[in-house]
Amino acid sequence: MLRWLIGGGREPPGLAEKSPLQTVGEEQTQNPYTELIVLKAHHDIVRFLVQLDHYRFASAGDDGIVVVWNAQVREKDFWDLSGHTQKITAIITFPSLKSGEEKNQVILTASADRTIQAWDCDTGRQIQRVSCFQSTVKCLTVLQRLDVWLSGGNDLCVWNQELDLLCKTGHLSDTGISALIEIPKNCVVAAIGKELIIFRLVAPTEGSLEWDILEVKRLLDHQDNILSLVNVNDLSFVTGSHVGELIVWDILDWTMQAYERNFWDPSLQLDTQQEIKLYQKPNDISIHHFTCDEENVFAAVGRGLYVYNLQMKRVIACQKTAHDSNVLHIAKLPNRQLISCSEDGSVRIWELREKQQLAAEPVPTGFFNMWGFGRANKQASQPVKKQQENANSCSLELIGDLIGHSSSVEMFLYFEDHGLVTCSADHLIILWKNGEQESGLRSLKLFQKLEENGDLY
Amino acid sequence: MISAPDVVAFTKEDEYEEETYNEPALPEEYSVPLFPFTSQGANPWSKLSGAKFSRDFILISEFSEQVGPQPLLTIPNDTKVFGTFDLNYFSLRIMSVDYQASFVGHPPGSAYPKLNFVEDSKVVLGDSKEGAFAYVHHLTLYDLEARGFVRPFCMAYISADQHKIMQQFQELSAEFSKASECLKTGNRKAFAGELEKKLKDLDYTRTVLHTETEIQKKANDKGFYSSQAIEKANELASVEKSIIEHQDLLKQIRSYPYRKSKGSDLSAGEAEHTQDQAGQTSTTSNPDESADTEVYTCRPTYTPKLIKAKSTKCFDKKLKTLEELCDTEYFTQTLAQLSHIEHMFRGDLCYLLTSQIDRALLKQQHITNFLFEDFVEVVDRMVEKQGSALLEPGQDRPPSRSLEECLIPKVLISVGSYKSSVESVVIKMEQELGNEEYKEAEVTEVSSFDLQENLDYLDMDMKGSISSGESIEVLGTEKSTSVLSKSDSQASLTVPLSPQVVRSKAVSQRTISEDSIEVLSTCPSEALIPDDFKASYPSAINEEETCADDSEGAIHFQASISPPDLGEAEEGNLENTPSHTDSSCCIGKESDNLLMPLPTPPHKLSDNDGVVSIPPQSYRQKDQGFHVDFAVENVSPSQDNSSESFPAYELDPSCLLASRDVSKTSLDNYSDSTSYVSSVASTSSERTPSVHPPGSSSERHKKRAGQNALKFIRQYPFAHPAIYSLLSGRTLVVLGEDEAIVRKLVTALSIFVPNYGCYAKPVKHWVSSPLHITDFQKWKLIGLQRVASPASAGTLQALSRYSRYTSILDLDNKTLRCPMYRGTLVPRLADHRTQIKRGSTYYMHVQSMLTQLCSKAFLYTFCHHLHLPAHNRETQELVASRQVSFLKLNLGLVNEDVKVVQYLAELLKLRYMQESPGTSHPVLRFDYVPSFLYKI
Repeated sequence: MLRWLIGGGREPPGLAEKSPLQTVGEEQTQNPYTELIVLKAHHDIVRFLVQLDHYRFASAGDDGIVVVWNAQVREKDFWDLSGHTQKITAIITFPSLKSGEEKNQVILTASADRTIQAWDCDTGRQIQRVSCFQSTVKCLTVLQRLDVWLSGGNDLCVWNQELDLLCKTGHLSDTGISALIEIPKNCVVAAIGKELIIFRLVAPTEGSLEWDILEVKRLLDHQDNILSLVNVNDLSFVTGSHVGELIVWDILDWTMQAYERNFWDPSLQLDTQQEIKLYQKPNDISIHHFTCDEENVFAAVGRGLYVYNLQMKRVIACQKTAHDSNVLHIAKLPNRQLISCSEDGSVRIWELREKQQLAAEPVPTGFFNMWGFGRANKQASQPVKKQQENANSCSLELIGDLIGHSSSVEMFLYFEDHGLVTCSADHLIILWKNGEQESGLRSLKLFQKLEENGDLY
Repeated sequence: MISAPDVVAFTKEDEYEEETYNEPALPEEYSVPLFPFTSQGANPWSKLSGAKFSRDFILISEFSEQVGPQPLLTIPNDTKVFGTFDLNYFSLRIMSVDYQASFVGHPPGSAYPKLNFVEDSKVVLGDSKEGAFAYVHHLTLYDLEARGFVRPFCMAYISADQHKIMQQFQELSAEFSKASECLKTGNRKAFAGELEKKLKDLDYTRTVLHTETEIQKKANDKGFYSSQAIEKANELASVEKSIIEHQDLLKQIRSYPYRKSKGSDLSAGEAEHTQDQAGQTSTTSNPDESADTEVYTCRPTYTPKLIKAKSTKCFDKKLKTLEELCDTEYFTQTLAQLSHIEHMFRGDLCYLLTSQIDRALLKQQHITNFLFEDFVEVVDRMVEKQGSALLEPGQDRPPSRSLEECLIPKVLISVGSYKSSVESVVIKMEQELGNEEYKEAEVTEVSSFDLQENLDYLDMDMKGSISSGESIEVLGTEKSTSVLSKSDSQASLTVPLSPQVVRSKAVSQRTISEDSIEVLSTCPSEALIPDDFKASYPSAINEEETCADDSEGAIHFQASISPPDLGEAEEGNLENTPSHTDSSCCIGKESDNLLMPLPTPPHKLSDNDGVVSIPPQSYRQKDQGFHVDFAVENVSPSQDNSSESFPAYELDPSCLLASRDVSKTSLDNYSDSTSYVSSVASTSSERTPSVHPPGSSSERHKKRAGQNALKFIRQYPFAHPAIYSLLSGRTLVVLGEDEAIVRKLVTALSIFVPNYGCYAKPVKHWVSSPLHITDFQKWKLIGLQRVASPASAGTLQALSRYSRYTSILDLDNKTLRCPMYRGTLVPRLADHRTQIKRGSTYYMHVQSMLTQLCSKAFLYTFCHHLHLPAHNRETQELVASRQVSFLKLNLGLVNEDVKVVQYLAELLKLRYMQESPGTSHPVLRFDYVPSFLYKI
C-alpha cells in the first residue's frame, strides 16, 4: 500500500529501484488464479474470514455484520447476520451438538459492543446473546474435548454450549488477553502484554460440581508485547513478540525450547543501507502472524517472511522484504506454497524451494528472466544476500501476486477446491479462482443443464 | 425511359428500345404518355413521381353520421408529410369500404338493443390515381349518443409502395390490432362510464317524475286522471324502459370477453382493473339495483341531471371527439403505438424485409446473439415476442434458410422491379434459372413444406393485386367477416362484370373495374369461395368457378412464396397481361410454358365444368406442383422468378379470351401505376438513407460508430492489439484529456465489445475518478479522463497498479500498452487498407465477422467431447490438449485468436447457465501475460 501510494508515476521499474522488493513480472506462469469475483456486502473494513465447511465461509468486520458466503456459487448464502452495534473483534465457529440434531455450525462473534452472539449459520438466526462483559472480548477459543469455549478480554471466562458462564478468572490486565490457545492437560495459554499465563481448567468431578479455572504459571521471557501465539504440534507452541523474538515452548512443561531473534541481523541490513531508516522502524520486526507445518514455523516478521526450522532451530529461508508493508497474515498450502497478504494491498504466492547448488547458482535463471528490464541494480543486491543466507538451505521464491484490493488485505482463506478468498480494508472480499478449472467446471455444468433440458440429444 | 410496357407488344425483345422511340404509328388507343410525372421531377425514380405525399403516414378517419367520412388526424402530424394529398377524398375512399358485420340496435327477437363485439376488419386498398396504397383497419367505437351507439372509425397506413402494404400485411395487421385494441378498451371504459352517468340521470329523472306524479295524484282527487297525469305516467314508463335498456347495455359492455384484450399493450394494472370490473358484473349479474348501487358508490362525484323527455335532434349535438370517446390515457397510448408503427414501417420495403429476416435469424441464434447484437434490437425482439403471437409462424420460417440464401431474394426483387416493365427479361430469367433446380427440389423439398406453413402464408399473402386507375380495390379483409362481406359487396356492385372482366381477374388475381369498389380475395379457407360465388352469381357459375379455382391456385401460389417474391410475382402478372393482347405473343409464352417441367401444363388451363374439359384432380396436381415450387424457392433464389411467373403463363389461354377493351384498360392502369411504384420501391432507400425502420437513431449511431472505428483503424497502426484486447475481454482504457474525443473513440470501439447479456454493453464512456477493481469486472471499455492536476495522480496510480487487467490506449501520447497480438482474425476484421468507405458498411462487415466468430465460439462451447473426459481415467491434460487441437485445427485459430474464442465461450457458458438474468456476477478473467508499449 505504501509503495504504490508514495511511489507516484506509472513506471514500476522506477519504483522498484527504491526498495529491494522482489517483484514478479506480468507473466506469472505458475500463478493459477486467473479469475476473480468481487463480493461486496460490507460497509467497513473486513477483518475476519472463517471457513464453515467445504464451500462456505463467513466474513466479519468493523461494520458489525457477519456475512455468510458460498464460494461455489459466488454469492451470499443468505441475509447478513446483523446484531452487533460495533465492530466485531473475534469470530469463531464450533459445531453444536444439540439434542441429537445433526451437527450444525454455530458462529460465535465477539464485538466491541461488549456482547457475544451466537448464530446458526444454516438458518442465519441469532441463537443467543450474552452481554455481561466488562470489557471487549478480543479472543475466543473452543475446547472441543470439554465442550466449552473461552472468551478472553480483561478476564478469562469459560462458557458452555448454551452460553452459560461456567467460571471466570479475576481481572487480569487492562490491556487484556491478546491471544489464547489450547494446550494439553486441560490447559490454555493466554498472551497478556509481555507475559504468557498458563491456566488450567478444572472440569466438574464427583468432588465438586463446579467448573474452575486456575492460573498455573507465568512465563516472562519476552521483552515486548506478545503479538502472536500458535500451536505448532503436539510437542510445542510458539510465540512471537513486537521486537521480533520468536520463542518455541515445550507444550507440556512450558519450558523454552528455542529462542530466535535474528530477524534484524545487522549483516542482513548491510546490503540495503539506503533503506536503513525505513528498516529500523520497530514494527518492522514485529511478528504478526505464524503458520506452521511439521518441520517449519513460518513467521510474518514486519515486511518479511521467515522460515524457521524446528529441527535445525534456525531460519532456513527468508524474504526480508516480501511486501511493501507489514505482512498481516500468512498461510502454508499443501504444495510447499506459502501465501502472504499485507497492508500494501497485495497477496503474494511464494514457493519454498530447496537450494541445490548453493554457491554456483544462487537463483534460478528462469526466475530472473521474468523480471523484465531496468532492474539490474536491485538484482545485484539480491545474489549477495542469497549468498550470505546460503547457510539457509532453502529459498522463498515469488511465483505470483494477486492485485485487486485497493487497501490493506487483512486476511485470506484458502479453499482446496474453490480458490482463495481475501478480505480487505477496502470493504471488499475477492474470490480468486483458478480460471482453467472454473472453465472446466462451467462446461460440466453446461452439459448437465443441457441434459436436464433435454437439449443434448 | 420506358414507362409504357404496352409498347413491348409491338417490338422484338432485342431492339425494342429503339423501336419504341422510333415507332410513330401507334394506334391511337395504345398511345400513352411516356412518363406522366415528368413535370414533378426528371427522375422517374423520384419519390414524388407517383404519390402526392413524401412518405408513409397513418391516417385516422371517421365516418361521421353528421358530415360523412372525415379525416381526424395523421401521424406524423405534419402537413409536409402528406403534402397535397387529399385526405378528405382518401377518407371517403377508405371509409366506404367498411365490411364490419356489426349490427347494433334492436335485432329481431330481442327486446333490447344488443351490442355486438365485432372484430375489426382489415383491408388493403389502392388508388393508383393518388398513387396511394393503404392498409385500412376498421373499428367501431361505442358512443351512447351516436346512431346505433356506434361510431365507425378507421386507421389507415398509407404508402406509395403497394408491395410494402401487401407484404407487411401481417405485421401491419398485428400492430394496428394492438392500437385498435387499446382504443377499444379505452372506449369500453368510457362507454361504461357514460352509461353509468346516463343511468344516474335516468334514475334521478324517474324519482322526479315519480314525485310529480304523486303530487298530481294527490292534488287530483277526482278519481280519474288528467291528460297531464297520463303524459307524466307515459314519460315515467319510458324512463323506466330506458333504464332497463341502459342497464342491459351496461351489462353487455362489461361482459366483454376480456381474454381478447390480452396481448394488447395494456398495462397490467389496467388489465387487472378491467378484469375486476368484469368480475364485479358477473357477481352482480342480476340486472337490478345492486349493480347500480355499486356503481354509484364508486363514482360519487357525479350529480345527476334531469333528462328532458324529448331528446335533442342528432344534428344539433356535437359528437364526441375520439379522445373523449376513449379515455385520454388510452388515447395517448394509442397515439404512441401508432407513431411506433409509423417508425417501424418507415423506409423501403427491401429494408424492412431484410431487417425482418435479420431479426428472425437472430432470434434463431438465441444462444449467441447477445454477444454482439445491439441492445436496442434485442429489446425490440423481446417486445415483438410478447406482442405478436400471430407473427410467430410467419417469422419463424425464414430462419430455416441459411443467411446467404435469404438475402439473395432481396437483391432479386429489386432487379425484378427495375426490370418489371421489360417483361421479356423476366421470362428469360425464369426459364434459365427455373429449370435446373426444379426437379431435385421437387424431390427433396416437398416434405419440408407442411400444410401449416402453407396456411400461414395463405393468410398473409392472399391479397395480391394492383389497382386500376379509377377504382379502389379491396384485396383482403379479415377472415371472420370475409364470407359475408364478399357476397355483400359483390352483390351490391353495379359494375358491368362481364365474363371477360372476370376472366382477366382470374388471370391477374385482380379486379379491374371502373368507378367501382371490388373485393377480391378474402377468405382464408378456399373451400368456401366457390360456394360463395355460386350463391351470389348463379348465372355465372362457370366463369366464377373458373375464377374461384384459378384464384385458388393463385392463392396457393402466392401464399407459399416468401414475402420478398410476392411483389415480383405481381409484377410479372401485370406485365404479362397487357402483352397477351397479341395472340402470337401469347403462343410464344405458352411454348415457354411447355418447357417448364410442370405436370401436364395444358390440363391446368381447363375448367371443372368442362368449359375446357379437364379432370378435376388436375387442380390438386397443380397445387402440389406449386407446393414444390414454393419450397424450392425458399431455398434457392433463382427459383423465384420461375415460380412467380408461372401462374400467369398457365392462365394465358383464358387471357386470350379477354377482350381488347379490358386489356386496354388494364394496360393503361398498369402502365402508369406499376412502373413508378416499383421504381419508388427500389430507389427510395438510396435516396433516403435514414429510412431504416426500427430506431433510425440507432442506425445513425451504428453508422457513426462504424465510421469512427474505420478512422481508428486507419489512423493507429496498433489498432489490432487494441481490438484484440476488447475481443478477449481485457478491459481497454482509453485515456485522454478531451472528453469529446474520448467518447467518440469509445463509441467507435464499442462495436467490438462482447456483451455479458442482453443489457447495455459493458462500456463506460467517461470516468474521471480512479478506477477500482470492480470497474474492470463491470466494464470492458472505459473512457478515462486524464487531468493534469495532482489530484488525478491517484487515477494514474490505480491504473498502473491494475495494469495487468487493462490495456491502456493513451490518446494524448498516441500510445497503447497491451499484450501482443499475432493472430489472423483481427487483421481481417480491421484491415487498415480496407476498401470499405462507409461507416455503415464497415459496421456490417464487423457484424458479419463477429457473427462468424460467434459461431466458432458456439461450436467450441457446445462440443461435448471437447470438455468432458471420454472416460474416467482420462486426465485433464488430455482434455485440454484436445481443446487446443480443436481450436487450432478445426476452427483454424492462430495464436491469440484462441483466447478470443475461449473468452466468448466462457461468456456463452455463463449466459446459458444463468438461471435468472442479472443475478449472477460477471467474472473478471485475466491472464498473466506481458504487455508491450506500442507507439505510432
